[in-house]
Amino acid sequence: MADPIIRTEGLRKRFGDVEALKGVDLLVRPGSVFGLLGPNGAGKTTTVRILATLLAPDGGRAEVAGLDVVRDADALRFRIGLAGQYAAVDENLTGLENLELVGRLYHLGRREARRRGAEVLERFGLAEAADRPAKTYSGGMRRRLDLAASLVGRPEVLFLDEPTTGLDPRSRIDVWAFVRELQADGTTILLTTQYLDEADQLADRIAVIDLGTVIAEGTSDELKARVGGAVLELHVQDRADTAAAAEALAGLGRGDPTIDPETGSIRIPVAEDGATALTDSIRRLDERSIALADVALHRPTLDDVFLALTGRAAEDGTEPEPPTRRRRRRRESAGAAP
Amino acid sequence: MIAPTLARPPVNLGERLRLAVADAAVVTWRNLVAIWRVPTVFVFELVQPIMFVLLFRFVYENAFANIPGGNYVLFLMPGIFVQNAIFGSTTTAIGIAEDLKKGLIDRFRALPMARSAVLAGRTVADLAKNLLLVTVMIGIGYLVGFRFQQGPLAALGVVVLVLAVSFTFSWISATVGLAIKQVEGVQAAIFTMVFPVVFVSAAFVPVSGMASFLQVVARNNPVTYWCNLARYLSIGDVAMLDPVTGLPTATLEGLLVRSALWIVGLLAVFIPLSIRLYRRLA
Ligand SMILES: Nc1ncnc2c1ncn2[C@@H]1O[C@H](COP(=O)(O)OP(=O)(O)O)[C@@H](O)[C@H]1O
Ligand SMILES: [Mg+2]
Repeated sequence: MADPIIRTEGLRKRFGDVEALKGVDLLVRPGSVFGLLGPNGAGKTTTVRILATLLAPDGGRAEVAGLDVVRDADALRFRIGLAGQYAAVDENLTGLENLELVGRLYHLGRREARRRGAEVLERFGLAEAADRPAKTYSGGMRRRLDLAASLVGRPEVLFLDEPTTGLDPRSRIDVWAFVRELQADGTTILLTTQYLDEADQLADRIAVIDLGTVIAEGTSDELKARVGGAVLELHVQDRADTAAAAEALAGLGRGDPTIDPETGSIRIPVAEDGATALTDSIRRLDERSIALADVALHRPTLDDVFLALTGRAAEDGTEPEPPTRRRRRRRESAGAAP
Repeated sequence: MIAPTLARPPVNLGERLRLAVADAAVVTWRNLVAIWRVPTVFVFELVQPIMFVLLFRFVYENAFANIPGGNYVLFLMPGIFVQNAIFGSTTTAIGIAEDLKKGLIDRFRALPMARSAVLAGRTVADLAKNLLLVTVMIGIGYLVGFRFQQGPLAALGVVVLVLAVSFTFSWISATVGLAIKQVEGVQAAIFTMVFPVVFVSAAFVPVSGMASFLQVVARNNPVTYWCNLARYLSIGDVAMLDPVTGLPTATLEGLLVRSALWIVGLLAVFIPLSIRLYRRLA
């Protein structure tokens, strides 16, 4: 790989009793989009905060753009941009004033700060709202303004901490488009996300982080290959039949089915060629007169990858739960994504 | 204001200072805009001091015999000015806690700006606000019978003293804000700290009327020096005459030196302390 633009080695951070990072190693290629994927409490924000010079690590080292995040923090801040997990905008200032403020604190000079502010607002579709106080902005507009602020300094490396969490599907797709556009301009982007499909869509490489450690790293395809096989997903017509259907399908696949009685869905990991399992499943349910709404055989998603790697869904940091609960949570997380 | 353009860290002390001043000016502007655009906050801030003036002026007027100078409103108002300077500085802690909560401090800390600028910009903006506050309070004082009696220069001296006290307490307030971080907690903490400091002093009543163990504390409380200096500058040496013995209890020089030393000393502790807390925020 070309010289990495972000490199962390054995990054550790502890907050009281909580070991937030237990030795995180990352390498990010210049010009790439790198996805840091993990559930709540995995250590994503802590990693980003260390890389953006907000937090000193307890152990290990991190370099961004060839600069040490602790020793060379002052110089590094000229070269990075950060959009934190929650949109940080000054509500009393207008959109343009917010960006002008940031530009002047990058020491661009008043005129240049204003010019770039206007330019970035235009790019984020906020030109019309430029002179309105940010307190009148919707959630999606605030997030865009926050992203805009992180770009005023034209950073080489941009950190986006859960840039689409809490956004409506439309705004989320907008943010995805911005990320792709920025990458095309040559910016390196490290983004964190809880959404498996988001990492899948945007990131060239993905590190899956859980409980403060990177548990897998690679391209989305590489990660999927680690699960192998395919996933058979069935939806029963009458949700009351879910349990009966799951029983009928027992032993069909290569692992335990995850069921969700609320939506009547059953997912079963099956062998690479799942055709036999597919026909088998339909026959078995037919024998018991359980009507199906939908059957699909697909390659594993990152959702399945996370489940395979950790034994639990990628929704929260809690211990593994019974299959039923697990499935329901995962539905919610997938439901929140577009 | 010079707005330096620079794409690298400052390399020498001159550059560093220039950037620190420029960055602080930008942050000051940002904070003043908030005070200007949301004036209700300031209006509400005026309610408490006006209430204090009315309470002390009309409720307690005759409760205190033996007032130096013999006139309670002349004695009271300089103390009220100093008290307001201190209470008015609590907005610094609250503003910082709010910026922390909104993630703005994170944004600032990731920017290549001076590490002192967020705090300096906040304390300077609050200084401007407190100037407005003291101006209003002087007006209120005049309405209830207070008059400066030592000429305009001495009156100006009172304003400068009050602003110096408010600036000093803004840095203390900033330190508390950074240490406590939660908006709700900050409000309670700062008032719990400020109340005894102000009340166990000569701000509203002469020290000689207090319980004897409190007198020791009150006499050595810097708030007492500041209030007495403000009184001296407002109404002259009658402010310092012991109402019983008729002898002077302090000299102008003594008050000036002690007042200044306390201000310089507190600033010398709390400016670096708060900047250190800011740098180390987690
Ligand atoms: N400032 C802090 N004080 C105490 N604990 C913290 C702090 N920041 C993070 N943590 C803890 O560290 C762990 C990792 O948190 P974080 O990096 O925010 O995870 P993520 O962003 O992946 O949700 C969590 O257990 C969290 O509670
Ligand atoms: Mg986070």
